[in-house]
Amino acid sequence: MKHRNRVDMAWPGMRRAVFRGAYLLLVPILLAVVVLGSSPARAEYADIVINNYSDAAGMRPAIFPHWFHRIRFRCKVCHADLGFKFKAGGNQIDMLKIIDGEFCGACHNGEIAWTVDNCDFCHSGKPGTPTQVHGSTVQKLAKPPQPPAAK
Amino acid sequence: MMATATIRSGGPQRREGRLPLLLLMWLVGGLLSMVHFVDAYAADVFANDGLHDPQGPAFMELQRPAEALAVLPADTAGNKVLWVKALRDGLIKPRTNIMPETKIQILDMDIIFSNTGDNDFVRFPHRAHTEWLDCANCHEEIFKTKFGATPIKMSAILEGKFCGKCHGAVAFPLSECARCHSVKPASFRGQFGVQPVEKK
Repeated sequence: MKHRNRVDMAWPGMRRAVFRGAYLLLVPILLAVVVLGSSPARAEYADIVINNYSDAAGMRPAIFPHWFHRIRFRCKVCHADLGFKFKAGGNQIDMLKIIDGEFCGACHNGEIAWTVDNCDFCHSGKPGTPTQVHGSTVQKLAKPPQPPAAK
Repeated sequence: MMATATIRSGGPQRREGRLPLLLLMWLVGGLLSMVHFVDAYAADVFANDGLHDPQGPAFMELQRPAEALAVLPADTAGNKVLWVKALRDGLIKPRTNIMPETKIQILDMDIIFSNTGDNDFVRFPHRAHTEWLDCANCHEEIFKTKFGATPIKMSAILEGKFCGKCHGAVAFPLSECARCHSVKPASFRGQFGVQPVEKK
């Protein structure tokens, strides 16, 4: 009866442990729900695609992530001090201006942020993606999503 | 707590009971992390957003939003971040200016708009806006400083004008009606327009 004895001895501890284990399991489950449940696509709300000249120049369109920048800068830094208009693609930004220290170049100069020779950090969009505010109400309500080949 | 548990379970027996539990937890933990890993890989936001090119040379180097935003207070819409709260709680410390001569002006003054049709009145808080923006971002081009001088229409806002320049584009989206239309006409006492500043 050695075997049975062993089970009897194991069970009371087991039961408590299982309860305790259940609580411990809650932690990773809750974490998983929080991490996976928060639809990450919405985090890219307000990403700006700028494709004024990129396609024609054989570059990927530039993607400006608002979420990344507003952790570091208030809106006014770019939209007042640097003169960015509230309009996707409305600033006629080109690389010459950026290298001259205008627009993105005011920070992306190796002093405040990385330099412009990291082309692919910005020019990371799918070729043919039209200029847009990603996930904007206007994009969703007013215009049907444009096929990439429309341009 | 540890001491009580030891007395109750009585030494060596407890250790025997622990082994299957540890095995179980190891298995479940392993499974969970595998599921998470596979899921995270399959659901790489940048691979499926229709914007980023997975063939781009820097594709893997770009920071994913979840990594930066997960620590900030959660919202239900837009970026899913309560940006105003994150700023006020000091969780983010965004720079205020790049030009040294830029004036930092925070204005703590609410405005109540009553011409809202059947909908609730709108309370516009200057404070939350001036914590992020410069006066010149809105005045005088988008909004006249004088209350009532700008004919704001919801239809225009939905087209991306007035408030819609930011709300629905980068600030919380236009699906969040009650965040602006937050004042019940029936319970509102006082004057419309500029509200007296509350002493804190």
